[in-house]
Amino acid sequence: MEILYAFFVAPFVDMASDPIFFSEVVIGGVLTGIMYSLVALGFVLIFKASGVFNFSQGVMVLFAALTLVGLMEHGVPVWLALILTVMVMIALAFAVEWIMLRRLVNQEEIVLFMSTIGLSFVLQGFGETVWGSNVKLLDVGIPNESFEVGGILLNEFDLFAAASGALMVTVLAVFFHYTRMGRALRAVADDHQAALAVGIPLKTIWIMVWSVAGMVGLVAGIMWGAKSGVQFSLSLIALKALPVLILGGFTSVPGAIVGGLIIGVGEKIAEIYWGPLVGGAIENWFAYMLALVFLLFRPQGLFGEKIIERV
Amino acid sequence: MIYREAGQFKTSYGADQMIFPILQDRIFVILAVVAAYLVPLIANEYWLQAVLIPFLILSLAAIGLNLLTGYAGQLSLGTGGFMAVGGYMTYKITTAFPDLNVLIAVLLAGLIAALVGLVFGIPSLRIKGFYLAVATLAAQFFILWLFNKVGWFVNYSPSGTITAPPRTLLGIMVTGPEATAPVRYLIVLTFLAFFALAAKNLVRGRIGRSWMAIRDMDIAAEIIGIRPYQTKLLAFAISSFYCGVAGGLYVFCYLGSAETEAFDIALSFSVLFMIIIGGLGSILGSILGAAFITMVPIFLTNAPPLIGLSMPIDLQKHIEVMLFGSLIVFFLIVEPRGIARLWQIAKEKFRLWPFPY
Amino acid sequence: MTQKARQIGDTLLKVEGVSLTFGGVKALTDVSFEIREHEVLAIIGPNGAGKSSMLNVINGFYHPQEGAITYKGETRKQMRPYAAAKSGIARTFQNIALFKGMSTLDNIMTGRLLKMHCNFLLQALYLGPAREEELRHRASVEHIIDFLEIQSIRRTPVGRLPYGLQKRVELGRALAAEPDLLLLDEPMAGMNVEEKEDMCRFILDVNDEFGTTIALIEHDMSVVMDISDRVVVLDYGRKIADGSPDEVRANPEVIEAYLGIRHN
Repeated sequence: MEILYAFFVAPFVDMASDPIFFSEVVIGGVLTGIMYSLVALGFVLIFKASGVFNFSQGVMVLFAALTLVGLMEHGVPVWLALILTVMVMIALAFAVEWIMLRRLVNQEEIVLFMSTIGLSFVLQGFGETVWGSNVKLLDVGIPNESFEVGGILLNEFDLFAAASGALMVTVLAVFFHYTRMGRALRAVADDHQAALAVGIPLKTIWIMVWSVAGMVGLVAGIMWGAKSGVQFSLSLIALKALPVLILGGFTSVPGAIVGGLIIGVGEKIAEIYWGPLVGGAIENWFAYMLALVFLLFRPQGLFGEKIIERV
Repeated sequence: MIYREAGQFKTSYGADQMIFPILQDRIFVILAVVAAYLVPLIANEYWLQAVLIPFLILSLAAIGLNLLTGYAGQLSLGTGGFMAVGGYMTYKITTAFPDLNVLIAVLLAGLIAALVGLVFGIPSLRIKGFYLAVATLAAQFFILWLFNKVGWFVNYSPSGTITAPPRTLLGIMVTGPEATAPVRYLIVLTFLAFFALAAKNLVRGRIGRSWMAIRDMDIAAEIIGIRPYQTKLLAFAISSFYCGVAGGLYVFCYLGSAETEAFDIALSFSVLFMIIIGGLGSILGSILGAAFITMVPIFLTNAPPLIGLSMPIDLQKHIEVMLFGSLIVFFLIVEPRGIARLWQIAKEKFRLWPFPY
Repeated sequence: MTQKARQIGDTLLKVEGVSLTFGGVKALTDVSFEIREHEVLAIIGPNGAGKSSMLNVINGFYHPQEGAITYKGETRKQMRPYAAAKSGIARTFQNIALFKGMSTLDNIMTGRLLKMHCNFLLQALYLGPAREEELRHRASVEHIIDFLEIQSIRRTPVGRLPYGLQKRVELGRALAAEPDLLLLDEPMAGMNVEEKEDMCRFILDVNDEFGTTIALIEHDMSVVMDISDRVVVLDYGRKIADGSPDEVRANPEVIEAYLGIRHN
């Protein structure tokens, strides 16, 4: 009985008894969730436009942040470093298309997936060879003052992160649904050969989405890096973006956002209210379990299209 | 000229259904196995311990994953987790029953891993492809967390480490610090030889065909009377059994003692690399892939000093990672169907050599 | 018309009042007909008339909202594909559904899976019963390979075969199950005249030699009129005619459907 009480009643009593702390937990979760969403967004872009499950998105975040920090350490001013980093990410997109993707057209999904894992090794090794592997501090001048609203502690930096995340999503959603290029991207995702046959320039499209994904990665990298330093563990958040994708559906931009928020808030609450009961550190797996249970009820994700099978 | 099958006529379906229908292949395989058993006579401790033993154990795990991913088409990233079940359960069983033969403990641990695999295979009934892959990550992270947090699994050792206790077989020390590398090598080799053969038998018969049918077109498979649920779950169970046995051997015959970090996500990925590089849907490919993935880092570590290049350790580490990644991409571009396919092409060529047709 | 030695017998399968909808789209509306033992029944109709959906209902892949199916005296509203296969219904598909990664031999062997029962332990060891079972089924599969004249492509992965041969292999896989009822979804689509003739011969031979009941969908009218005993015509998900080829040919509604005279 006691154990049932501890699991099913006590946590809720705790939440109700200290609503201010609870709302701070939720807000903390929302902000982590936005970070996850930003990484997941990069995945969704590339998956939508090329059907490639890009495992290296996490390392791209790290790589972008490393490049930015590295340049700044060499005395390059922030604005120039940003421009240069964006150019590096575009160059990377070109390189990926030239060296990898164009040689793997119409290969099986798993082969493309594996090649991006290979790519993540290359990027990680390359980034650390050039810029070194020690933890770096990133300061691009985002305001970082705390203030109180109705007794709840808020932080300017976090709000800034949330705002830029929201902006990005809006822009991308509009781009996919209302522009000619967006339609071409969706056609490519459906079938490479068919898209080529109707005259969609596959290569241009790929370079474009990888560039955009690189920039999304840069934004995510700046946010994470400014918060917790630029280090290898940045690339591990990529793995956390996977359950986010599952919740949201692989091809849905809004899904990436909602999924990120659910995972972010869910795991924070679980860790703080239930974690101590089972020894803590459940943040490691909670997101995956949540996604797994969710999949059992809705295999196509929150926003994925329902799959109708036919023969 | 030597590799010819002309004149070898098969007179029964039995002869035609053999694993190696060509005489030269049979001779070659027998020689290779015999040679493998003679290796301890010439190889030194370093080679056995640092190269060959991990290679053989990971081959076993790769075969296990290939049954699931290459044959049954269910992508899994939870290999490390299932291997951990094997390792930790072997430890529990052999410390609880010290008189039980340790090899039997390994097999029992494999069975437990099979059960765990079965549970984590249940989502495959509803979801496919990358969605499933992410679901298997839940197995990976949850299992390791469990072993880390619950003291019972490590007999409440404060460091959370499991250490292989000394156990004997026929009076010879096979595990623990006293066991010599050659003995451990022979045990691991025997396990691999037996289970590789068993896997080959499985995939060329009824079960293998139903796995491949599910992989190639699950709807059609269901319509010709294959029950998808049972078939997929069986694949998960057998695959996890292989991984569990490999995990047990990994702790008891290779590492000696281990923490959960030994089975982290990096291990899952390297086993996945093995089967992709080696060849999906090929038992031989699993072994070749394991050889490639275990040998390349060793080569990369040893090559620069050999050619007189010296550089700081961490720089060398980064360059190694980079080269490793490039090699994988290169391989996928050159032959996405893996080393096993290259091997097959070479054989075809050799069959006709020196005549072009 | 070919002369057939076999006797057309009682009803093997009876479709009664079947309706099937996807969301708001009506694929089938109140369709009833029957298939008699040992006959060759053709289901025809313009594109989108619901022919393939009908086959999918019969072998349990689609579950109709209304109506019932009586097969071998047993009435049920729907069944699982597995159960259908087990009770002796085999089929081929409009868009070939072979297992592309496997050889011709292995593909046809999958047709025998339902008849193989050895457990996985015996199989892993390839001992006694497992080996004996494998060889026994191999022998009967070889019989089918001989029958379909595809000996030379036994070991070829089916993904590499030309279209016509793939269709033949698919027929082989269905035959391997030794079905009582064989459903063929456009077995001759995309074939040239020779291939069509071959396919017709195989179908008639199967019907003749093994007494297998066959229900097939086909667009080529000359083929349909030649080889079938009875014809069911569907249009817009409804049955508009049912009878011998000659009767159907004379039916005004059928003519209208095929010549595309406007409805209402």
